[in-house]
Amino acid sequence: MSTPVAVQPLPRGRVARLVGRRLRDWIPALVVLVVVLVGWQEAYRVLAIKQFLLPKPSAIGSTFWDNRSELLHAGWLTFQEAVGGFAIGSGLGILVALALARWRFVGRAMMPYAIAANAVPIIAFAPIANAWFGDFSKASKIAIAAVLCFFPVMVNTLRGLTSVKPQSLELMRSYAAGEVEIFRRVRIPTALPFMFTALKVASVLAMIGAIVAEYFGGSFSDLGTLIRSQYQVFAYEDAWAGILVACAFGIAFYLAIGLLERLVLRWQPSTSE
Amino acid sequence: MSVVVLEGISKQFGRGGTTAVQGIDLEIDEREFVSLIGPSGCGKSTLLRIIGDLIEPSSGKAVVNGKTARQARVQRDYGIVFQDAVLYDWRNVTKNIALPLELAGWSRKRRQDRVREMMELVELGDFGSHYPWQLSGGMQQRVSIARALSFDPPLLLMDEPFGALDEMTRERLNLELLRIWEQSGSTIVFVTHSIAEAVFLSTRVVVMSSRPGRITDVIPIELPQPRTAVTREQPRFFELVTRVREALHLGAELDRAAAEATG
Amino acid sequence: MSAIAVEPPGQRDVGSVWRAAARALLFVAVLAAFWGLWEGYRALWIHEAWTWPFAVDSSTMPHLHDVIRALFKPPSSGTGNKLITLLLHSAVFTAKEAAVGFALGASVGFLLGVVLSQSRLLQRGILPFVVASQTIPILAVAPIVVVYLGSIQVAAWFSVAVIAAYLTFFPVTINTLRGLHAADRRALELMRSYAAPRRTVLWKLRIPSALPYIFSALRVSASASVVGAIIGELPSGIQEGLGGEILVFHQYYSLDPTQLWATNIIAAALGIAFFIVIAIAERLVVRRAPENVA
Repeated sequence: MSTPVAVQPLPRGRVARLVGRRLRDWIPALVVLVVVLVGWQEAYRVLAIKQFLLPKPSAIGSTFWDNRSELLHAGWLTFQEAVGGFAIGSGLGILVALALARWRFVGRAMMPYAIAANAVPIIAFAPIANAWFGDFSKASKIAIAAVLCFFPVMVNTLRGLTSVKPQSLELMRSYAAGEVEIFRRVRIPTALPFMFTALKVASVLAMIGAIVAEYFGGSFSDLGTLIRSQYQVFAYEDAWAGILVACAFGIAFYLAIGLLERLVLRWQPSTSE
Repeated sequence: MSVVVLEGISKQFGRGGTTAVQGIDLEIDEREFVSLIGPSGCGKSTLLRIIGDLIEPSSGKAVVNGKTARQARVQRDYGIVFQDAVLYDWRNVTKNIALPLELAGWSRKRRQDRVREMMELVELGDFGSHYPWQLSGGMQQRVSIARALSFDPPLLLMDEPFGALDEMTRERLNLELLRIWEQSGSTIVFVTHSIAEAVFLSTRVVVMSSRPGRITDVIPIELPQPRTAVTREQPRFFELVTRVREALHLGAELDRAAAEATG
Repeated sequence: MSAIAVEPPGQRDVGSVWRAAARALLFVAVLAAFWGLWEGYRALWIHEAWTWPFAVDSSTMPHLHDVIRALFKPPSSGTGNKLITLLLHSAVFTAKEAAVGFALGASVGFLLGVVLSQSRLLQRGILPFVVASQTIPILAVAPIVVVYLGSIQVAAWFSVAVIAAYLTFFPVTINTLRGLHAADRRALELMRSYAAPRRTVLWKLRIPSALPYIFSALRVSASASVVGAIIGELPSGIQEGLGGEILVFHQYYSLDPTQLWATNIIAAALGIAFFIVIAIAERLVVRRAPENVA
């Protein structure tokens, strides 16, 4: 006798439900990509942009292909540093957020300092990190990437942990649930969407942090140093190929986190962007 | 046996601030259905939360199920339903209903059986794997009620549970709530804004007024049980509604007089 | 309607003086604690000769008071007689680049957000690239930007501002987009009942509703513009800004590590100063309580 009213359907197709949107939704982006590439390739005839600064896509492509093993190897090395920094920074960020949510008055007192610390340009610190760990070590790059990731993750996770509805807390107290239970069953699931947003941001920052740190001193097989040395010999096509590889790794990292988010937050009714 | 005994309950918020309720004396017996009704700010929600030990009274004594309110809460002697269903988005209907059972440490088998029972009780049997966002407001509230009753508490506290729903859904859920009340044999304390709802559901209606929040009248509702849609059309029903309305007006008058006196 | 009575105002005046005093005390306490931790860590590590995570000596971890003192001594690069004067000049130079970049980036970001909000198709086509653009390591692209803009007679510092704008626009775009869609549905329906044209709805409803989001992004962008300016200076051979000073004192690190540390402190102060300016602007423009997170 109680017929369902307003039951929402799930998006169709298993892949669609996983990725959060239909394949069809990607078409406009593909169109734009094709248009830009073609336009870029042809632009030299129309505008007189110096080719050495911004080579044709075909030139970059062939350069990449010629040096692909060296480039991918360098990219992989840098990527490892980025992932390491991401893991450490995000991990610490989440732990600190949990602690600050648990002992709220500490969190509230420390918040302005955390915000101020977030405003500090960390990359100014890169040369010091190199002095600590040695120019050619991975550790300094990982350290910079970690510091870059720490704050966005910490701040956003804390926000999520503390954005629980007061009635939800009353409900839990009516069940005589302890603090640990409340964390486990309410605060942490509420915080997950916030946390993943921050992790996506952090994934991009980690890669960039690693490359900047390499600029101040890195081994000759990582991406930052590679790009820099190409500039020094005016091999712009090679530099661009390196930049492309950096982008590719960055985007891949971002998408991987996005995929993880979709898997964990399966209960979200709409795409999170 | 009295399920709830309130003696001289008062609550002030802040140092010397507003008095939410004052001098509340109330006794609620087993299997009663008592509604608290009054204007905004009369403290009915505060009173409900004092019974549930979600707010501490400034003075007075609250005995729930023969224990202090705190003991009653810790021993899970009551279930609570809010105006907002407060379901967890990341749990489906089955898991949402099972939440208090998980917290109480019930075994999986026992949980499964009880959840199934509850879903039959609120007539949502086919919706176990649905998520809250897929359900209508009325259905969400039914899940909330199922969850509140899942561990079979002797007392059920409800804070305007149907306030956000439309009139027809509301009337339907009123009937369902009465049926559930009968089947579960629990005692219900129900906060509402609606005079008709209070009269229809309750065995007694407690009329409150504000500034300070206090009880101005307690009206026994002798309408035959079980109540049905027809009950709403009886002349006795309208008389009682009028009686409650007058009691509310009286409270408002006293309010205004008091306000003018203090200037 | 489960409203519980709110704490009454009026007892505020005495309380707020105490609270301000408490906050000042906390600030001093935090600085003292940091100082204590630094010197304590240093002393312990040197005493025990531990080498993890890194070996501690006067080069890797100079005394904090040495760093402060270095600010008032002449710099090793020999320009001027006080390090702090040199650094403040550089900071102002970098601040100019960052401010211009911020203005540029915030405007572009805002416009882009508004344009994208008008069409789902545009969003689907362009947004992925906007996101992907942030994966381009700006440090690597900076020299190209500087050379190109230099070839069309643009001053080097402006090129750096462009790079700062690059880091600034992204958060503003994303948050503008989100904010424009966050208008209350009922307010939108009201507008429709007035048969208000799209532009009116945009200006009178959507944009005001979006302001808290936009300011939240501006706070992030303010610091990002400083970062962008410093990063832009590094490969561009610009001497007058903080990026240049970082490179110089990096060279002198083995000689005198305190000067690079001092530069870092000034850079940090610049980043924080930018953030505070935006926070103040926000409090003036949006008279609601700003969100308490960066």
